[in-house]
Amino acid sequence: MMSNATESTLVVERVFPHPPEKLWRALTETPLIAQWLMKNDFEPVVGRKFQFRSEPVPNWNGVIDCEVLIVDRLKRLSYSWSSMGLDFVVLWTLTPGEGGTHLRMEQSGFRPDQQQAYKGANYGWQKFLGNLERVVAELV
Amino acid sequence: MVLPVRPANTNPVFRALADPTRRAIFEELTRRGEQTVHALTRYAGVSQPAVSKHLTVLKRAKLVRHRREGRETHYRARPDALAPIVDWLRHYGAFWRERFDRLESLLERME
Repeated sequence: MMSNATESTLVVERVFPHPPEKLWRALTETPLIAQWLMKNDFEPVVGRKFQFRSEPVPNWNGVIDCEVLIVDRLKRLSYSWSSMGLDFVVLWTLTPGEGGTHLRMEQSGFRPDQQQAYKGANYGWQKFLGNLERVVAELV
Repeated sequence: MVLPVRPANTNPVFRALADPTRRAIFEELTRRGEQTVHALTRYAGVSQPAVSKHLTVLKRAKLVRHRREGRETHYRARPDALAPIVDWLRHYGAFWRERFDRLESLLERME
């Protein structure tokens, strides 16, 4: 598994010794998602707005507001992920291979329609962080 | 449990950078080095009092420092103040790795 927390896009990936069908169920069936990620009212329908909920803690209500962006059965799943005024997009990619399924989670900080935006109200966090990569890289 | 986000709104750095104009001003300072308020006003496309207000917020978060020279105030970025954001990205990395572990054990339990 790799992850790189200093870049603008966070990637975590792992090969699971299971077929894509099984991973897809774990990623898209509400009770299964709740067992490893968070309580949710997810439905695998593009445009569906849903929430992840975990225990509230001081300064955080435990709610993540999401909207389903991509449902490409057994291949790709994506939803927006907004909490505390920070907007992210989570993209899951499944690739069958030898020994199981390669699962990649990519968390990036802007919606596809914000990629063009530079300044102004749509100036997304991730664009900002992306441009600051070189600055941040010097800190690590 | 590991939180998916740390309470960002309590951190002055996050609060300061939550505003898109302030992000743009801060980025301009990291890109082009020290700038006067006048130059930043031209860049930001908002009024000078608005820019000064934004700079005050950035200053409180220790994201910029300033020096006066004659009638001009010069601002420069302090990128080391971004450390909380770097921490926060690391934190998210830990969150997902932990969730992948849980997913792995769930998959083993599933039919």
